[in-house]
Amino acid sequence: MTETLLGIEGLTKAYPGVVANENVSFSIKPGEVHALLGENGAGKSTLVKTIYGLVKPDAGRMTLMGAPFEPAEPRAARIAGVAMVFQHFSLFDALSVAENIALGMEDPPKPRDLARRIREVSETYGLPLDPARVVGDLSAGERQRVEIIRCLLQDPRLLIMDEPTSVLTPQEVAILFDTLRQLSAEGTAILYISHKLEEIRTLCDAATILRLGKVVGSCVPKETSAREMAEMMVGGSLHVPERHPAPPGETVLRLSGLSAPSPRAFGTALKDINLDVHRGEVLGVGGVAGNGQDELLGALSGEILVRPGMIEMEGRDIGRVRPNARRRLGVLAAPEERMGHAAAPDMSLTENAVLSAAVRKAMLARGFVRWGQARTYAKEVIAGFDVRTPGPENAARSLSGGNLQKFVIGREILQDPEVFVVNQPTWGVDASAAAAIRQAILDLASKDAAVIVISQDLDELMEISDRFAALNEGRLSAPRPAAGLTVDEIGLMLGGAHDMDVAHLDHAEAGA
Amino acid sequence: MIRLEKRPQPSGIWNAAAPVLAVLLTMVFGGLLFAALGNDPVEAIRTIFWDPLFGQFASFSRPQLLVKGGPLILIAVGLALGFRAGIWNIGAEGQYILGAICGAAVGLAFYPSEAWWLIYPLMIVAGALGGFLWAMIPGLLKVRFGTNEILVSLMLVYVAEQLLASMALGALRNPEGMGFPGSRNLAQHAGTANPEVIAGTGMHLGVATAFIVVILGYILLSRHLLGFHIRLTGESPRAAAFAGVNPGRLILICLGVSGALAGMAGLFEVTGPAAQISIDFNVGYGFTAIIVAFLGRLNPIGILLAGLLMALTYVGGEVASLMLGLPAAAIQLFQGMLLFFLLAVDVLTNYRIRIGRREVV
Repeated sequence: MTETLLGIEGLTKAYPGVVANENVSFSIKPGEVHALLGENGAGKSTLVKTIYGLVKPDAGRMTLMGAPFEPAEPRAARIAGVAMVFQHFSLFDALSVAENIALGMEDPPKPRDLARRIREVSETYGLPLDPARVVGDLSAGERQRVEIIRCLLQDPRLLIMDEPTSVLTPQEVAILFDTLRQLSAEGTAILYISHKLEEIRTLCDAATILRLGKVVGSCVPKETSAREMAEMMVGGSLHVPERHPAPPGETVLRLSGLSAPSPRAFGTALKDINLDVHRGEVLGVGGVAGNGQDELLGALSGEILVRPGMIEMEGRDIGRVRPNARRRLGVLAAPEERMGHAAAPDMSLTENAVLSAAVRKAMLARGFVRWGQARTYAKEVIAGFDVRTPGPENAARSLSGGNLQKFVIGREILQDPEVFVVNQPTWGVDASAAAAIRQAILDLASKDAAVIVISQDLDELMEISDRFAALNEGRLSAPRPAAGLTVDEIGLMLGGAHDMDVAHLDHAEAGA
Repeated sequence: MIRLEKRPQPSGIWNAAAPVLAVLLTMVFGGLLFAALGNDPVEAIRTIFWDPLFGQFASFSRPQLLVKGGPLILIAVGLALGFRAGIWNIGAEGQYILGAICGAAVGLAFYPSEAWWLIYPLMIVAGALGGFLWAMIPGLLKVRFGTNEILVSLMLVYVAEQLLASMALGALRNPEGMGFPGSRNLAQHAGTANPEVIAGTGMHLGVATAFIVVILGYILLSRHLLGFHIRLTGESPRAAAFAGVNPGRLILICLGVSGALAGMAGLFEVTGPAAQISIDFNVGYGFTAIIVAFLGRLNPIGILLAGLLMALTYVGGEVASLMLGLPAAAIQLFQGMLLFFLLAVDVLTNYRIRIGRREVV
């Protein structure tokens, strides 16, 4: 297989103030699994959006099967045989699987035929899915299957996958990889975007590495170490967080039989969570998104009030205590969603400092806000956490995701919490900033605070946690010491593979 | 091809320039409207915007600006607090009526006593309380049962109008009024009159209160934690919950304050310019105040200017219908245009217009 499926030459795309892609060239062969690597802001998204017809390049050209390829819109790209599975699913919770798939098709067949074809494809590729089920009831892994099957029904020649494993358990990842290998063996090329270098080493045949919009190198992942690839991405050496483990201190937070309904439709209720958190420890809570992470954070921050006796802080019942009173006691939280939850997008960083730091940082005088104090604190966070912004008067929405994340985390950590709960501390943050955030979390624990880190990134949890527990359908497993846990054990704690099938290998062989 | 591109930050220049541009566009299209009605557009616009201030009869019309602007500003500042938080009190007209009824009832209960220093403060409290309680109906229903405050507060305006008619014909009717509907004249009775603070300027107690409320509203929104929570709730309710805002409490505060201010406006009106409870006491200040609130960018200082501008279109409109024979409906259309253009131009605060081929998706 020496011919080229997709060729990209000299692709350039500039936005006001930033060049997203500069003279990018590479090619993908039929049946190749090709990784696209780079930090946030390296230009990966712009590049795949160009291939999928969502962005029009300023210069450069693309060829597909030797013919010029200039998709004006995603529909043209789909007709030419390019399909994409986005990181964030575009599915309607209230509709069935088949209805969702029909919505994404150019001319959907009759419902009965479509259901039959969905079953065929799902059996062929080991992705069991009942076309009649309502999407709102599906797990994240199952939702991803809906998106993949939607793509496969179009018989694509190139399948683009953007961070597909961030929502999957290790077992689900293994099954996805089997599916992708089967597709590849049948001649479908896959463009695979991920931060997770070990995954890329297992799965991909080739890799192109982007930094600041330019191609800075390519490699064969199986022959390159993860550290080498990371350093190519960052363009320098990587700082690894240091830990100074200390014996666990006294219990500071105790959850006893914590149960709470979710405030949102299609949310997950918390069910009978029992947990002791000690001073000086980092407790990692793993789990696939949508298994009660938001609700757990809400119950701890005080956004969701629970029945008396379910949450105790140093022996004091705080289940009915509201967020600001909890902050006064030293319980601080940083939610996952930065825009619109942890921060108000249209407000300045100074105002966003008041949002959660008003009571602990003396920003109030008889109910009046001391704006000078707030500005000083915002500046302190900006300086302390290397937030890239011209100043605290800028709106939160003008910051990149990673910078806003640093601000949000810094805003809480610099308040010296006794208990700190954070959901997805490094989601969408580039490698060096992620390392800095993890270091700050470890430093906080070494100052005798108790830290609960909720994350889907198992590597991250293994790196910083003292103990590990898994959240699955609103239930929390008993915590276990993180040191020495194997990937398989973690996977079982996370609830296994959500009854996924292994790809039918006989089909795969037939395809090859 | 014309496209809108979101700005990284709201534009400060456009935030200030939008109302000015909206006024200019209203003048242009209003002029076209008047031309279509067979009037000289320049003369019509001059009659509306210039003559009330500097024309031949300006000494009569200038005090009217404050008389008409006062209640608009007082109501609009209250409404703006709720609008900032995404709480839509559309029923200020009803709260205004209830304030007038309650205040007048207290005043009439003391009739014929002339102890103004005792009676009038009690009437103000009763007026505010009347508006407050009327606004609590949509407030409590929303907090308790999740009803839509827009519908409930709007519907209660019509209930209030019926109540007003029943009061004018029944309980509050002037016993010495030869059976005509309407209460005693409150403005001409020493115990219940709303006096001018500075004689001959139209600046009665209600106008003075409106100015004070503008200042208090400004301080509340820019300096106080409650004002911060109001703005935060309007921008992102989830972030507000994270910041510890109790949404039910905020709904009741916003509806309560706007109801109380509308009630006070009604009390000042019924004891001053309107002089009595009558079937047609309410003339739509509660609804026009919604336009004033938005025209003033939901900012108390802006509302002060917008209220005076809107009063100018009222007074100028009356002058125009008197001098040029313009129909009253044309003036209302003119006011509606103002809100329409403001909302249209508003887009430029958060978006910039790009003309040309599309580049970015």
